[in-house]
Amino acid sequence: MTPFKKLTSSAVPLPIEDVDTDQIIPARFLKAVTREGFGENLFRDWRYDKQNEPKEDFVLNNPIYTGQILVAGANFGCGSSREHAAWAIGDFGFRVVVSSYFADIFRGNALNNGILPLVVSPALLDEIFVTIENNPAATFTVDLEAQTFKNETTGTVTTFDIDSYKKTCLINGYDDIDYLLSQRDLIEKFERERVDYSLA
Amino acid sequence: MAKTLFDKVWDAHVVTEIPGGNQVLYIDRHLIHEVTSPQAFNGLRSRGLPLLRKDRIVATADHNVPTIDQDKPIKDPLGAKQVRMLSENCAEFDVDLYGLGHPYQGIVHVIGPELGITRPGITMVCGDSHTSTHGAFGAVAFGIGTSQVEQVMATQCLLLTKPKSMRINIEGDLAPGVTAKDIILYVISRIGTGGGTGYFVEYAGSAIRALSMEGRMTVCNMSIEMGARGGLIAPDETTFAYLKGREFSPRGKDWKAAVAHWKTLPTEKDAHFDVELNYEAANISPMVTYGTNPGMGMGVKESIPVSSEVHNKASIDKAMKYMGLEAGTPLEHQAIDYVFIGSCTNSRIEDLRAVVGLVGDRKVADGVTAIVVPGSQQVSRQAISEGLDKKLVAAGFQFREAGCSACLGMNADKVPAGKYCVSTSNRNFEGRQGPGARTILASPLMAAAAAVTGKVTDVREILN
Repeated sequence: MTPFKKLTSSAVPLPIEDVDTDQIIPARFLKAVTREGFGENLFRDWRYDKQNEPKEDFVLNNPIYTGQILVAGANFGCGSSREHAAWAIGDFGFRVVVSSYFADIFRGNALNNGILPLVVSPALLDEIFVTIENNPAATFTVDLEAQTFKNETTGTVTTFDIDSYKKTCLINGYDDIDYLLSQRDLIEKFERERVDYSLA
Repeated sequence: MAKTLFDKVWDAHVVTEIPGGNQVLYIDRHLIHEVTSPQAFNGLRSRGLPLLRKDRIVATADHNVPTIDQDKPIKDPLGAKQVRMLSENCAEFDVDLYGLGHPYQGIVHVIGPELGITRPGITMVCGDSHTSTHGAFGAVAFGIGTSQVEQVMATQCLLLTKPKSMRINIEGDLAPGVTAKDIILYVISRIGTGGGTGYFVEYAGSAIRALSMEGRMTVCNMSIEMGARGGLIAPDETTFAYLKGREFSPRGKDWKAAVAHWKTLPTEKDAHFDVELNYEAANISPMVTYGTNPGMGMGVKESIPVSSEVHNKASIDKAMKYMGLEAGTPLEHQAIDYVFIGSCTNSRIEDLRAVVGLVGDRKVADGVTAIVVPGSQQVSRQAISEGLDKKLVAAGFQFREAGCSACLGMNADKVPAGKYCVSTSNRNFEGRQGPGARTILASPLMAAAAAVTGKVTDVREILN
């Protein structure tokens, strides 16, 4: 994972609640056997019509909206555990998703792939959508070390929560498997000492 | 301090803790399938790591497999590739594979319990969100992403923070025609698709106790649809009776020791839950979903709300546009085109028996395509031995071979755009069963009723 410390970028608005993982990446695209190329199919059925022509009214097809930040309505990423949803978002070019509420499995998958799921209050989320509506090129700054999110237009700064271990991983580009591998001795000790009813 | 069932199982599997709340959790059992494993195996390979505990992992092919002509090559090249890769990966890493053609093949969350792999007190994961199904046995079972699949393969552990706890009590008796599926659809309609986020749920109460293991599996299966990490039900004599003698269940003195351990697991009196919710079974009627998430559900006699506590008007308007329905109107008597009886939620033998029982001498209505997809080869063989397949076919249903099928339409079993499908599966998201497909989630009884009338029907009116 590439390390992530600070980012200033414009943002793409998706003011829809309960965006589920079947919308983020439909099941028919889960047939890939590698992690590459999912960005092409991000929000596929909202982006393209039956003839594979871009739908004019979908935000990702509107060139005035660009950036590495996706701003979405509450309960983003609900539904399936498919990590492909996080791969699609990252491969498309987003580094941060801002919402007032994230579904659990999606949040974990995002963090495991160097994407920051950033929670703001519902009021602040509304303010962000208004800022972008008034100026699609408006920028926002995410400072992971300071755990702050700044709306550069209104000047509002808010702090966000992030698990300290996950923060270290994102800042340094580490993933969980490196940590777990370092715990081999403790894991083997656990296996030796437990009473196990799971296999026999 | 009094412990909950969840506490007891989770805490017993913590290997170590990182300051800040992340814990290394040991995973007893890992189920894999062809869709979420290829990249994980690739990762192991590129890191030069072996699969750490081969005896703890079991594989099956379920999502992509066809439900007809399973003995012939898979027509879809991408699906065929994934299934082939699973076979190759399992051969390379020496993983037990119950793939196409194997007598134990089936939907991963159907085969685990029926083989006795699933059991009380274990931690179990799979790269599939409906892993919560196994919680019906009092296991801590949950879905994980592909990176986590790789972590479990390499270290038999995951790095997680312990979720908060919720108990959902359902008291009283279910009315005739009301089933386990209606219980869980009812609960999700009350708390919404985010209502359980951050929580692990225990289902309790007399209505839950009265359910068979298959009924309990249906309830736990849809825990993810309320956003919960997982859901479980305390093991009891019903659980032990189900597991006794299963292929991989403990035997002899191992069985006695296991049961003695399992009896220590239920939640203690005065144990604390972060949230506790109470519902009356008598208030639950046969449910249907009207919209585009599993929380958009209601009793079959109700009218689609314009807005609700759980969904605002904008969300419902969007759903109505997709579904071609109108807020403020009933769904009962809506003509339908397809019926799908299958999925890890409802495809077990009791579900098939319920369908056959309801159908009786009736026939599938003209213009309706109705398919029954047993959850596994074993379920299928049992259905055939009971003559259920013949009765279903005589009534005009198609009796297929095991797989995930039309739940998510990764194989050829898709619902065409604009068509209504009453489905015993677990998700009604836009495009779930095929681009433009309109899913109405319901119980097997309600799906059977819709099949024979050609409309969304209150099953209580045609119950024998």
